[in-house]
Amino acid sequence: MATAILQFFKTFMLWELLVGLKLTGRHLFRRKITVQFPEENTPISPRFRGLHALRRYPNGEERCIACKLCEAVCPALAITIESALREDGTRRTTRYDIDLFKCIYCGFCEEACPVDSIVETHIQHYHFESRGEQIMTKEKLLAIGDKYEAEIAAARAADAPYR
Amino acid sequence: MQISAKITLLLTPLLLAVAYTTFAERKIIGYMQIRIGPNRVGPRGFLQPIADALKLLTKEVIVPTNANRYLFLTAPVLAIAPSLAAWAVVPFDDGMAIADINAGLLYILALTSLGVYGIIVAGWASNSRYALLGSLRSAAQIISYEIAMGFALVGVIMAAGSLNLGEIVEAQRGSVYHWFLLPLLPLFLVYFISGVAETNRAPFDVAEGESEIVAGFHVEYSGMAFAVFFLAEYANMILISALTALLFLGGWLSPLEGLLPQAAFALPVIGWVLDGGIHWFLAKTAFFLFLFLWFRATFPRYRYDQIMRLGWKVLIPVTIVWLFLEGVAVAFGLGPWFA
Amino acid sequence: MTVEEILFYAMSTVLVGAAVAVITVRNPVHAALALVLAFFATAFHWVMLEAEFLGILLVLVYVGAVMVLFLFVVMMLDINVARMREGFARFLPVGLVVAVGMMGLMAMVVGAGVFRIPGPERAAADHSNTAALGHLLYTEYVYPFEIAAVILLVAIIAAIVLTLRRRPGTLHLDPGRQARVRRNERVRMVKMHSEKQ
Repeated sequence: MATAILQFFKTFMLWELLVGLKLTGRHLFRRKITVQFPEENTPISPRFRGLHALRRYPNGEERCIACKLCEAVCPALAITIESALREDGTRRTTRYDIDLFKCIYCGFCEEACPVDSIVETHIQHYHFESRGEQIMTKEKLLAIGDKYEAEIAAARAADAPYR
Repeated sequence: MQISAKITLLLTPLLLAVAYTTFAERKIIGYMQIRIGPNRVGPRGFLQPIADALKLLTKEVIVPTNANRYLFLTAPVLAIAPSLAAWAVVPFDDGMAIADINAGLLYILALTSLGVYGIIVAGWASNSRYALLGSLRSAAQIISYEIAMGFALVGVIMAAGSLNLGEIVEAQRGSVYHWFLLPLLPLFLVYFISGVAETNRAPFDVAEGESEIVAGFHVEYSGMAFAVFFLAEYANMILISALTALLFLGGWLSPLEGLLPQAAFALPVIGWVLDGGIHWFLAKTAFFLFLFLWFRATFPRYRYDQIMRLGWKVLIPVTIVWLFLEGVAVAFGLGPWFA
Repeated sequence: MTVEEILFYAMSTVLVGAAVAVITVRNPVHAALALVLAFFATAFHWVMLEAEFLGILLVLVYVGAVMVLFLFVVMMLDINVARMREGFARFLPVGLVVAVGMMGLMAMVVGAGVFRIPGPERAAADHSNTAALGHLLYTEYVYPFEIAAVILLVAIIAAIVLTLRRRPGTLHLDPGRQARVRRNERVRMVKMHSEKQ
């Protein structure tokens, strides 16, 4: 009975509404956690899976040996590889295409690669302006690999203890 | 000609205030959600409302298929006209009103009850289920809360003995304790809650209810027609805030009156600030406007039957009981308010 | 013509036009909106007659409340416009007879000179007809006023009683009961030990 009366008065004093207002009122003065996007970025994990790249050995030789494991493991069938013998007798790809419209960025290709050739980089902001540009050819992938080799290597090194 | 100058002098700051209320809303709600809100257009985002207005001005007004074209385009006008016309009798300072009419409070009550036509007509003319549902909800809600609001105002009229807004404020002269806030506290709460409901603001925004009926009565509106609805809603919010300040918080009267010695008010600049004036009125209005935004950031939307219950079974009985008590107090001349 | 006369004739035109529209337009929502306009123009006339209290009250009660409910109902009705046109010719003679009869009665009443009383004097500028009305209502006409109030109260209660019927077996929510629910009535905190594998 006493609690019922107390409850009645609490209702008319708008007690619970005031408690709610207090909560939002406190947050008004809290430090804001907004990340101002173009100038600031949220931190990215070393395992982040963004745009793909093909890596080279330090001596400039491309790593990919056209084993086609990535093509086989790709769940979205985004990778197309054709291979041929090079003049020096090694097996290399003549064509290495990734269709980014099909790709689901699962990272299986990277896991499957025996020579750490195909990797997914930190690059997350990119766009296509016309149809066909979404096909990442071997040249484009190698160019990305050359350009971001330092970052790629650093990310692999940072993640190495957990693998 | 003098009257049109007065109207311009009122409407220009009012529309600017409306524009910057939208900005304040986004900023304050953002801050309460630990965000920083719009900050890209102009220094610290201060030109954001102007950018919004420009965007809406240049967008196309789309009239839906099978909509009632004339009523569809008249509805925004029906919504904004009463909310601007009601400002004619609002006094900003002693005698500083466009029309100082005797039945000022009644005039405002009549005009605010007209705003619902814009919503009803918009909902019906859109030829859309969501819009119709929104306007039906809004009609039922506004009718229900107008009664509680009217009763709360009866209490103010009884205490002040006048329908003139200026005289109502003057009746609260003396000190903070003479304001109607204290003797009419329940009526103040009822009035402000009904005011929030009447303007279709959160937590009573079921007429809009974007999560259930998309955007209610203005689903089909775009461009300037939509902007006009928006303006009307914010002008109504400012009006309700201003009225609450006038009726319960002594309008332009200073809260320090009667507390400080007379000598303090005679000081050159400080005296003017401490003494009553338009700045106190604006500060009180701004406070209630802030409450509107604070509510929106805090409370979840009421369910429809709960809104109806609150209006009919809680607010109206509360006002009736308090009016009865107030009648007794007036009869016995309970001081300092009813003496 | 003075400004007042211009306003008077303009608003009268609006009033007559709106009143004609109420009975001629097919769409019931349009008719209801025309009625709103007619009320508004009438209120304008009353304000011009210096009966500003009554004028504002007309807007407040009829435009602001009654017509909103009317629109509410009319909007929910699904009216077949084609069927409404069918009866027009059939009921035309009856309608004409009623209209002529009403006009005749009006002419008789107005012509009898009942309304030929001298117009009231112009009140002073500070005259408040709110106060005057209140004074009359609570002194001279206090009994009719109170009796009207009681009759209205009875009507309100009757309307509520007529609509308040609980059919057995229907499911409905009681927001009052829901609002009174406390957490400890519904939620039971259970502490469970994690199971061993």
